[in-house]
Amino acid sequence: MTEDSWEVAGRRFNSRLIVGTGRYKSLEETRDSIAASGAEIVTVAVRRVNLSDPNAPMLQDFVPPDRYTYLPNTAGCFTAQDAVRTLRLAREAGGWNLVKLEVLGPPPFLYPDMAATFEAAAALIGDGFEVMVYCADDPVAAKRLEEMGCVAIMPLGAPIGSGMGVVNPYMIRAIKAAAKVPVLVDAGIGTASEAAFAMELGCDAVLLNSAIAHARDPVRMALAMKHAVIAGRAAHLAGRMPRDYRADASSPMTGLIR
Amino acid sequence: MRGMDGIIGIQVNGETRHVAAATITELLREIGLAERKVAVERNLEIVPRSQYATTHLADGDAIEIVHFIGGG
Repeated sequence: MTEDSWEVAGRRFNSRLIVGTGRYKSLEETRDSIAASGAEIVTVAVRRVNLSDPNAPMLQDFVPPDRYTYLPNTAGCFTAQDAVRTLRLAREAGGWNLVKLEVLGPPPFLYPDMAATFEAAAALIGDGFEVMVYCADDPVAAKRLEEMGCVAIMPLGAPIGSGMGVVNPYMIRAIKAAAKVPVLVDAGIGTASEAAFAMELGCDAVLLNSAIAHARDPVRMALAMKHAVIAGRAAHLAGRMPRDYRADASSPMTGLIR
Repeated sequence: MRGMDGIIGIQVNGETRHVAAATITELLREIGLAERKVAVERNLEIVPRSQYATTHLADGDAIEIVHFIGGG
């Protein structure tokens, strides 16, 4: 077997699983789950420090930035200006320019707001950021984001935190087939088979958070996701057998005893 | 303007605070925050970490101090 790493914005990674750091019960559980997932990239949010408790433990103490590549997101930003401002602060806090852009519409779907996403992507690219972009499973929008200079296209499998899996696999496959930059399924994955399925479609990687954090045993699910992504990738590379509604005997029909 | 007592009123993360700090470095020390774990904005402008010690605070400044937290 040859090495099977992938590259985004000139950085090379072995793990094809990117995990979020939100929604865990504790920072200890965050640390243990992320370690079990084998992820090398983790998404993080940027928020005000709680001034009334400046000694509260911080994410960096549990998920060290020198061990994991932090991918700051724009969760909670609804305009291009908010997104640029937030990620400039993130760049100053961590000194990197690889970012996850997400501009969301209202509940109950938090569906990507594509008009605002285009505007923010243009502003961020203009400001020197390398933008991995959360987007609709829309092949036209995905191509346009790539042409604008986004370094990875990240269509949703299903709404954020829904655990509904990859509900539109044909469009995910179409987006991947047309893209020259990495394509990741971001959001919607609920369990290991769905992560494997996303990889079998040919995606370069999977990004998930709630599927691990909201599992009954997050550390065990993190391990399951690690193996699922490896298995799905291997299955994609191996090439599945053709489908046929008829049987095709596995044992030879010659040499039978009489 | 700084009063006779050297205290100014500024906004930090949306809260009004009366501080003796003259610079960002002193403000972070006064609050009790480690410089390397946060990023700071003064009046909507990023303050590079290398300039914390030389960035002076003025009465009425709006300061944002942020850090990384868990997110998806």
